[in-house]
Amino acid sequence: MLIYVLRRILYTVPIAIGVSLVCFALIHLAPGDPLSSIIPEGASPETVAQIRTAYGFDRPLPVQYLKWLGHVVTGDFGTSIMTRRPVLSEVLPAIANTLTLAAAAVTFGFLLGCAFGVVSGYVAGTPTDRAVTAVSITGVSIPHYWLGMVLIVVFAVNLNLLPATGMGEGGSGSFGFGWDSLQYLILPALTLSVIPAGIIARSVRGTVAEVRKQDYMQTLYAKGLPGRRVFVHVVKNALPAVLAVMGLQLAQLLGGSILVETVFSWPGTGFLLNNAIFTRDLPMLQGTILVLAMFFVLINLLVDILQTAVDPRIKRA
Amino acid sequence: MSAVPTSPRGAVMTSVPSDPDPRDRGGPAQPLLIVEGLKKHFPIRGGLLGRPQAWVQAVDGVDLVVDKGETLGIVGESGCGKSTTARLLMHLMTPDAGQIIFDGEAVGALRGLSVRDLRRQMQMVFQDSYSSLNPRMTIEDSIAFGLIAQGTAVKDAKTRAASMLRMVGLTPDMFAQRYPHELSGGQRQRVNIARALTMGPRLLILDEAVSALDKSVEAQVLNLLQELKRNLELTYIFISHDLNVIQYMSDRVLVMYLGKAVEVGPVDEIYRAPKHPYTRALLSSRPSMDPRRRMSKPPLSGDPPNPINPPSGCRFRTRCPIAEPVCSDTVPLLGSLKGGEAHPVACHAHRPGSGHSAAPSEGAVH
Amino acid sequence: MSQPAIAVAGAAPFKGKRPATRSFWRNVLRRLLQDRFTMICFGVLMLIILAAIFAPLIAPHDPYRTSMARRLIAPGDARHWLGTDELGRDLLSRLIYGGRLSLFTGFTPVLLATLIGGALGVIAGYVGGAVNMLIMRVIDVFYAFPSVLLAVAISGVLGAGIGNTILSLTLVFIPPIARVAESVATQMRAQDFVEAARATGAANWRIVTAHVVPNVTGPILSYASSLISVSIVLASGLSFLGLGITPPEPEWGLMLNTLRQAIYVAPLNAIIPGAMIFVTSMCFNLMSDGLRSAMDVKQ
Repeated sequence: MLIYVLRRILYTVPIAIGVSLVCFALIHLAPGDPLSSIIPEGASPETVAQIRTAYGFDRPLPVQYLKWLGHVVTGDFGTSIMTRRPVLSEVLPAIANTLTLAAAAVTFGFLLGCAFGVVSGYVAGTPTDRAVTAVSITGVSIPHYWLGMVLIVVFAVNLNLLPATGMGEGGSGSFGFGWDSLQYLILPALTLSVIPAGIIARSVRGTVAEVRKQDYMQTLYAKGLPGRRVFVHVVKNALPAVLAVMGLQLAQLLGGSILVETVFSWPGTGFLLNNAIFTRDLPMLQGTILVLAMFFVLINLLVDILQTAVDPRIKRA
Repeated sequence: MSAVPTSPRGAVMTSVPSDPDPRDRGGPAQPLLIVEGLKKHFPIRGGLLGRPQAWVQAVDGVDLVVDKGETLGIVGESGCGKSTTARLLMHLMTPDAGQIIFDGEAVGALRGLSVRDLRRQMQMVFQDSYSSLNPRMTIEDSIAFGLIAQGTAVKDAKTRAASMLRMVGLTPDMFAQRYPHELSGGQRQRVNIARALTMGPRLLILDEAVSALDKSVEAQVLNLLQELKRNLELTYIFISHDLNVIQYMSDRVLVMYLGKAVEVGPVDEIYRAPKHPYTRALLSSRPSMDPRRRMSKPPLSGDPPNPINPPSGCRFRTRCPIAEPVCSDTVPLLGSLKGGEAHPVACHAHRPGSGHSAAPSEGAVH
Repeated sequence: MSQPAIAVAGAAPFKGKRPATRSFWRNVLRRLLQDRFTMICFGVLMLIILAAIFAPLIAPHDPYRTSMARRLIAPGDARHWLGTDELGRDLLSRLIYGGRLSLFTGFTPVLLATLIGGALGVIAGYVGGAVNMLIMRVIDVFYAFPSVLLAVAISGVLGAGIGNTILSLTLVFIPPIARVAESVATQMRAQDFVEAARATGAANWRIVTAHVVPNVTGPILSYASSLISVSIVLASGLSFLGLGITPPEPEWGLMLNTLRQAIYVAPLNAIIPGAMIFVTSMCFNLMSDGLRSAMDVKQ
């Protein structure tokens, strides 16, 4: 087991390097001079050359990459062109906000998905099954940014129950656990929860249907075992897969929350990305993507290791 | 009045080639296939970097000789390396060591036979009749594929495919346009035979070709194979674990154990007077209808050893009733097959001067 | 030469013409046609697609014509059945025309990714060894990014526009398709009939095209079809962010974006374009599900 863990970590290293390469390359893929936003209009060729040297852009690409990598490893993700502050100091609070949102979304998704999955698992094979499957496919097909808008229309505009946008009166700094703050969380989290809900529902449904069909379950029913005990059994079987899905979804949501955050003006990493793109703030863009991608890789690694630890049936070479 | 035809190695031939094959290079005395020192070890990877930690010695130094027009039966338990040997002969796997000489020409050597030309003269029929056929291709296309790939015109290839189908007893009108899932196991195996023969090989390797068929179907396919061998002047290597089938089909038999060949000889001799203790145990384990030949204890004791770490010396010694200290020290050799020895056996008890208590004395004729 | 016995169990002698054989794809088609759910979705999709193709003939108004006087008219109006957008353009016409761009930017990346990713995966699966490792490791690096993030990153860097959007989405979809292709191709490679084909001495490219490809297209297409709905949602999503199609072109995601400002004033108008995305995506999903069921049954 330890060997597997070590091997898995070892394997992550080239992936991480590859990811960093892609992030680095992104900037240089951008059409136009990466420095065009810094170089003032009508600057003389000497000034341009000076700025280039100051940013290290006159060196050959591999050298630039290594220098950049060196900075990254020590925590220096560059400086935002717009705010003049270190990228990391902007990204970290944003990640905290997104994580809040993602965690809430995954929790909602888990509850919704389990409820739905159990129900559809019990009706599997009956005529209602097709209808139920259709509903779960709805969950996967729905454009979540649109769903967000629909929810805003229903709950904020028409019913005036919940706030439409933002993270609260005082911004993210004052986010607490009272209703004042949480009411801002509900709509965006619900919106985001649809995707993990759909996937968890499918997974739970599959496990429920499978467990119910098994021979020993028939024996248990024949013996008159109460439904509750059966339920516990189903949960035990489904748990590893569901946990894995939740972990992965959390990771996916970290990177994929940009659309919903835009709809709800939630000050998370998606919001940051959006701004960076439109202001051509390339260091910020690069830094944010790198941090998000690294988080994704890390969480994937953790989920993988946890899954091996929890589920003894998975054989690892 | 003609004498009973025998091969250069003393086997009574069940079929005799009448006219020499136009592709024949070496003449009737030249064995069609000579294999020396064939080796294939599979690595088992593990540890941090996935380096090979141990080796499965699937085939460990096998020699064999097949004469023209004979059927060599290869028999042994599961895992003894029969199928790996077959794939090595066909060059579907690259051997780690060893040489293959086909009709006098070394395969893969500079002036010898290329693997591509070898494949024109040697073909194989696999055990699983269903997975041997592309489920998306019609029977006709499957059979004609090899020819088309070698450059034959599509129409000619299909005509030949139809005639091959006829030859194995399947009406082309009924079977050519069908798909594999629409055929029974026996029919599919006939198709596989037809496909192998379409390339016009001189040597056909049958790797457990009838093992998955029902007994009645098996009998029909075996008879078909005998007939095809007669009519097309083929040479067979017939691999099986079924002793009765081997006895029925073979002129000579080679017994394999754990990656090595332990005994070779004409079929009658092997079945009547087996020399190697393993062969003896195998043959006596056959259930008999005769109540007088009831067995009280099993002929083989112990578990089959691990091919990853085979026993030192003779690999059979852990289950052998007559094992002695010399058996764990020295590896018993099969002896040269080219030398015309009719019934070599890899056992110290049959080698003069080996140190085994049952060994004949030096210089004695055995 | 005596005739070998032909009487094999199971072969009933056929009198008359040749028996009809059913190829794999004909069976799949037959099952699809019998599936009512899938047929309904197909019908809806055909409606949307045909409307998009024949947009100039069907659309009641010019989708580009603005009118400051007639902004944000609610749906149900006599002249503008679905109302107008924030610049006074007829919403129904823009929806019909919008279908063109939304469907195109949704479908094309999947098509391209299937061709490229499929080829890469099949090559990696068949050849194996070092080539496989190289290709799959590079794929893994791109797989290490969440898909939305990757799409946004590439589009953000390259800029808006239809070409960049298609490029970005194609790059996002190549890794998953390549993975599926490689997995199936590796399985095929181990099959006996591929070994038998190698034993005939045929050239590798011939074996791949005749034996491997026909057997892997099924699973690959089934997977790719499930990506179409994702692609449509993602393409519209990029336009929603301002990274995809640029104004004044009509496109559902872009419309959602520009109408968002008016969500308090004209909520119904704001959400209608999204409904189109939803319906289209749902239909593609249901159809791909139906395709998978049709292919799943063992013959």
